[in-house]
Amino acid sequence: MGVIHVIDRAGERHTLEALEGWRVMEIIRDWGLPIEGLCGGACECATCHVFVSEEWLDKLHPATDEEEDQLDTVMTRPNSRLSCQILWNPDLDGLEVTLAPAVG
Amino acid sequence: MTDHIETDVVIIGAGPVGLFAVFELGLLDIKCHLIDILPKAGGQCAELYPEKPIYDIPGFPMVTGQGLVDNLMSQIEPFHPTFHLNEMVESVESIGTPEAPLFRVKTSENGTTFTCKALIIAAGGGSFQPKKPPIENIEAYEGTGVFYAVRRMEMFRNKKVLIVGGGDSALDWTVNLQPIAKRLTLLHRRDAFRAAPHTVEKMRSLVASGDMDLHLGQVSHLKGEAPVLDGVTIKKDDGSTFEVECDVILPFFGLTMKVGPIAEWGLNLHENLIPVDTEKFETNVPGIFAIGDINTYPGKLKLILSGFHEGALAAQKVHRYVYPDKRLLFQYTTSSTSLQKKLGVAA
Repeated sequence: MGVIHVIDRAGERHTLEALEGWRVMEIIRDWGLPIEGLCGGACECATCHVFVSEEWLDKLHPATDEEEDQLDTVMTRPNSRLSCQILWNPDLDGLEVTLAPAVG
Repeated sequence: MTDHIETDVVIIGAGPVGLFAVFELGLLDIKCHLIDILPKAGGQCAELYPEKPIYDIPGFPMVTGQGLVDNLMSQIEPFHPTFHLNEMVESVESIGTPEAPLFRVKTSENGTTFTCKALIIAAGGGSFQPKKPPIENIEAYEGTGVFYAVRRMEMFRNKKVLIVGGGDSALDWTVNLQPIAKRLTLLHRRDAFRAAPHTVEKMRSLVASGDMDLHLGQVSHLKGEAPVLDGVTIKKDDGSTFEVECDVILPFFGLTMKVGPIAEWGLNLHENLIPVDTEKFETNVPGIFAIGDINTYPGKLKLILSGFHEGALAAQKVHRYVYPDKRLLFQYTTSSTSLQKKLGVAA
């Protein structure tokens, strides 16, 4: 068990209990925060785009080509990731992400 | 010229669930027309993940998104549904009574109108629309300086065109518009493209010969007094910025789904989903049904198989609207000669 911190689009910080093996997108969605995740985690829509706090970036698996292709379809920053491609495990206890702007 | 079509049922959305509803309705002698905003049938399965394997379709240990769609298309073939692709339903007007519903449905693109006795909304996550990049004030330039699709190439003749993106649409339009544009610039966030290799090669050679520009970065601001665009500010990965002059910008960021006009049809909505009962999958408007990912009810699972079940049950109630005087006999395709005749397989 552990937590993730999510900053929503209004700037409010939420601390959510995380479960091992869940995708970060799924954790955020399960707690009812407004993340779309339209394709259900298939890395096909980029609506679960988040900005990962700098100190956590190199603790994550690098993005695959497939994830980079999807990131091409949104406005990214250097710390952009798709939260459906981050599987939570206890090493990520305290991970902090910010929801990217909703896809227009 | 606008067409008018009279039919039993209009199905909005030609994804897997809409397609299978054709089968269940067809067994009950109910005729359908399907409307979809995409140029092809299959919905998300065909548009978002045609090559992805699906493992939870009963009877298929593994099938790809496109494979499932192809099989559904051949399964409903005996019922000859009519597809209206590249069309979006704009308005739905109730012209009947709760006991004998009747609807007038109008699409946006060709202005086709339909009169139908029941409407089945199988629109999944909504209608596919181009993704709009979140750039401040972008709406103010839409239709003058910002376009999400190319309808007529001639519009871009002698214009300074900026194309944004790294996929097939971005690359195809780059090589197609380059000969007629005054100057063409392609902007992408990284120096890797997921488009057909020969198109990428063609773009690279145009850059090498000085006939177009390629920049890496992302648009941070639009310049010019709206609605007239005259340039953009581009931000590079290292945070530095530069400017590019352009008359039009074409962002090709793929598709997303929007609930769209459904919100205006008098249906109850709950967080962009349509509440239904779990006996008939009917909405608060008698005669309008919602099946698949777009509906909600206690215990709802967004699974394709749930949508199949929902379509089968909705069809039972639709039968009562379409054939109010006929008694519905429950039959199996394995044993019923009449069902087998409809499927064209009777001995």
